[in-house]
Amino acid sequence: MFFYLIKRLIYAIPIALAVGFVCFMLVQIAPGDPINAIVPPDAPQEVVEQVRRDYGLDKPLPVQFGLWLMKVVQGDLGRSLATGRPVWSDLHSAIGNTLTLAFAASLIGFVLGCILGGLAGTFRGSLLDRMAVTTAVAGVSVPHYWLGMVLVVIFSVQLNWLPAMGAGPGGSADWAWDWEHIQHLILPAVTLSVIPMGIVTRTVRGIVAEIMNQEFVVALRGKGLTSWNVFLHVVKNAAPNALAVIGLQLGYLMGGSILVETVFSWPGTGLLLNSAIFQRDLPVLQGTILVLAMFFVALNLCVDLIQTALDPRIKRA
Amino acid sequence: MRLRHVIMAALLPLALSATGPAAAQGTLRIGMTAADIPLTHGQPDQGFEGNRFTGIPLYDGLTAWDLSRADRPSTVIPSLATEWTSDPNDRTRWIFRLRPGVTFHDGSPFNADAVVWNVRKVLDRDAPHFDPRQVGVTATRMPTLRRAEKIDDMTVALFTSEPDSLLPINLTNLFMASPTHWQALRAQHPTAEATWNAFAANPSGTGPFRLTRFVPRERAEMTRNDNYWGTKAKLDRIVLLPIPEANARTAALLSGQVDWIEAPSPDAVPQLRSRNMQIATNPQPHVWPWQPCFLPSSPLSDVRVRRALNLAIDREGLRTLLGGMMQPAVSTYPAGHPWAGNPTFQIRTDKAEARRLLAEAGYGPQRPLTIRVQISASGSGQMQPLSMNEFLQQDLRTVGVNVEFDVIEWNALFTNWRNGCGHASARGAHATNVSFSAMDPFFSLVRFYDSKMAPPVSNNWGMFNDPRFDQMVAAARTSFEPAERDAALARLHAAGVDEALFIWIAHDVGPRAMSPRVRGHVQPQSWFVDLRLPHIQ
Repeated sequence: MFFYLIKRLIYAIPIALAVGFVCFMLVQIAPGDPINAIVPPDAPQEVVEQVRRDYGLDKPLPVQFGLWLMKVVQGDLGRSLATGRPVWSDLHSAIGNTLTLAFAASLIGFVLGCILGGLAGTFRGSLLDRMAVTTAVAGVSVPHYWLGMVLVVIFSVQLNWLPAMGAGPGGSADWAWDWEHIQHLILPAVTLSVIPMGIVTRTVRGIVAEIMNQEFVVALRGKGLTSWNVFLHVVKNAAPNALAVIGLQLGYLMGGSILVETVFSWPGTGLLLNSAIFQRDLPVLQGTILVLAMFFVALNLCVDLIQTALDPRIKRA
Repeated sequence: MRLRHVIMAALLPLALSATGPAAAQGTLRIGMTAADIPLTHGQPDQGFEGNRFTGIPLYDGLTAWDLSRADRPSTVIPSLATEWTSDPNDRTRWIFRLRPGVTFHDGSPFNADAVVWNVRKVLDRDAPHFDPRQVGVTATRMPTLRRAEKIDDMTVALFTSEPDSLLPINLTNLFMASPTHWQALRAQHPTAEATWNAFAANPSGTGPFRLTRFVPRERAEMTRNDNYWGTKAKLDRIVLLPIPEANARTAALLSGQVDWIEAPSPDAVPQLRSRNMQIATNPQPHVWPWQPCFLPSSPLSDVRVRRALNLAIDREGLRTLLGGMMQPAVSTYPAGHPWAGNPTFQIRTDKAEARRLLAEAGYGPQRPLTIRVQISASGSGQMQPLSMNEFLQQDLRTVGVNVEFDVIEWNALFTNWRNGCGHASARGAHATNVSFSAMDPFFSLVRFYDSKMAPPVSNNWGMFNDPRFDQMVAAARTSFEPAERDAALARLHAAGVDEALFIWIAHDVGPRAMSPRVRGHVQPQSWFVDLRLPHIQ
C-alpha cells in the first residue's frame, strides 16, 4: 500500500506539469492579450511596452513558462496581473468557498442519489423505479445555470424566502454554519446537486439491480436473512463502485461550478476562473487550474484507497 | 398580482424596520457589474466603473468632474487644486494652486509634497514608491504628463512632454493617495509592492468616504468621512458588491439584497418598473459606433458611402429594440455640448438621400455594396452588440447595403483595435465596432483623427490621415484659454461629422436601477456619479 501511494504521488508530477503546460498554451493560443488586464486598450504604445516588460510578458513563451514553473516549485503561484494580489491568497479563500458549496451539493446529490438509486434498483420496473429514473434523467439534462435562474426567480424574487446571491450577509470571510449564512448556500447547492444526483441515481440503480440478481443474494434469502440484512449486504457490495462515481463527481463539482458560482455570485474557484478568463489573468488561471487538477488527483487517490479498504478484493500494489 | 403588490406595499414599513439599524442609518448597497472590487490603492482598474466606485468616493484629484447636475454635460471643476494656469513662457509648464486645509483620512496634510509624490508613483521609475501596476491605468489617461515640482507648500508645477491644453481634464484620473500613510505601512512591509497591497486593504485618500472593510472579490465597505473638505456625504455607509451576471443583479435588487444595481439588462426594465424600482438614465459621454477603415481598398474610404450609411440608419427603431435604453447618436458630442460645434452635415434618417449618395458612389442594385464589420458578442460598454448589429444589418439592407459580420471575442476585438484595419487581425473588415468613452477630448477625438495616432501608437484603427485634421488637433492642444480650447475642439468635432469619420449609432444612457428607498440620486451626463448626494429613506 505504501509503495502504491508513493507511485501515485509520483504520477501526479507529470500530470501537474502537463496541466500547467496545456493551460499556459491554451491561454496563449486564445485571442486577446493578457496585457489588457493591466493596461486599457487605448494606452499609448510606449506604456504598453513598458508594462509588458515590467511583467515579463515580453519574454519568449518557454522562458515565461519556465519562470512560472520555477516559482510554483517553490510554492509561489505568482501574483494576479489584474489585482497584484498573490494568487494563493485569492485562491485559498476561493477554494474554501467552493469546498463548502461542493460538499453541500454532494451531500444533497449523493444522499438523494443513493436513496433514489437504491429504491429504483430494488424495485426495478415499478412506478417508483420509473419516477426515480425520470428524476435522474431530468437532473442530468437540465442546464445548471437555467435551473439556478429559475430557482432564484421563484425563491428569491417571487417568494423572497432565500437570498439570490453572495455567501452571507458579510461575505464569506464571516462564514458561519448558522441560518443567516446557510440560507445563502441553499439555492446554489441545490442547483449544483442535480447533476451528481442524477448520475449517482442511475449508477446506484444499475449496481443494485445487478447485485440483486446475483446468486449470493438468493442464497442469503434462502438462509432466512431479513430483508434489512440482505439490503446491508447489497449496500456493502455496491459501495466501492458507487464510491468511485461519487469521488469523480466531487472532483467535477470542485472544478465545474463556474456557471453556478457566476449565477449566484458565489466567491469560489468557478467565479475566480470566470473573471480570470475574461481578464486573461494568466497567473490566476494557471494557479487555479493547477490546484484544481491536483485536488482531482488527490481525490481519486483517496477514493482508490477507500475502495481498497472497503473491498479487500481490490488489490493495489 | 395586483393584490400581492398591495400586500407588499402594506408590509413594506414592517419589512424596513426588520432590516435592522444599518439600513435605517443610511447604508447603500450597490451591485456592480465588475467581477471583483476595483483596486482601492488610488488608481482603480475595471475601467470607469472602478473610478466611479473606488476612485472618486475614496480619493480626489487636482481636478474633478461636476456631477451635481443632470441637465447639462459634466465639466471639469476645481477639486484639490483651486486654480491652475499654463505658463505663457513655457507652455509645457502648468502651475496648480492647492486647496488649503485638506487632510488625508489618516490625518496627514495634503500639500505640494503629496502631489509630487503621487505623480512620481506612476511616472518616476526610480522613486521608492513607484508602482508599475498603477502605470497602466494612470499614465494612459495622462499621456503627456512627465513630472511634478514643488514651488511652495501649496503650489506645484506640472510639466508635460509637449504643450497640451487637455492636461487639466486628464488630471481627473490622477487620484491623491496619502504619502504619510504609505510610509507608515512601508516600515511594516518588505517591498514597495507589498506596501501597495497593504495600502489597498487600508487606503487613505482625501475623498468623502473612507474604506472600512475590504474582502477581495466579495465586498468593500466605505463609511462617510466626516472631516471631508467639501460637501459631506448624506449616506453613512456604502457597501460595494461585485455581481457580474446581469440577471443575478436584477434578482438581488428585486429580493432586497441590494438597493442599487448598475446596468440592468433592457429586458429586465419592465419587470423592475412593475416592482416600483427607479430606473435612472441619462445620455453618457459614450459612443457606440462603427469606426470605418480609410484604406483605399475599403469602400468606406469614400465620404459619400460613409454619409450614406449614417443617413440610412433608423436609430429610433434601434432605440425601440432596446426598450429606450439608448440615445440616438448623430455625432460624438450632441448639440449643445461645448465641444459639439456646428457641423454642416446633419445626420438623420433619410434613406432616399442615402440611396442617392450610394448611387453617386457607384453602388446600386446592379452593383450592391457589401461591407464587413468586426464585432463582438459582448463586452464592457458594448451594450447589446449582437441584437443591435443584426438590427443594423436588416436596416441597411433596405438601402441595398449587405453587411457581413466577423464576430470575435471582446478581448480580441479590443486587441485588434490597436492593430489597425490593414493588419491581418482585421481579417478584411471595413469597420470595427468598439464603443468608447467621450469624457476626454484626447480619447474621443484626438486618438482617432490625428494621423500620428495610427496603430500601433493609438486607436486610429481606420488609418485616417488628413493634414487638415492634424492641424486642427494641434490647434486644440495648444489653445490654453478654456474658451479658445473649447472652440478649437468644437471645430475639430464638427469637421469630423462633416467628413463622417464614424458611423455614429448610439450613446449609452448608463441605466441603473434602484430601490424606491434611494432618494436624492442625480444621474449626470457622465460615466461617474456623486455618491455624496443619495441617501436612504
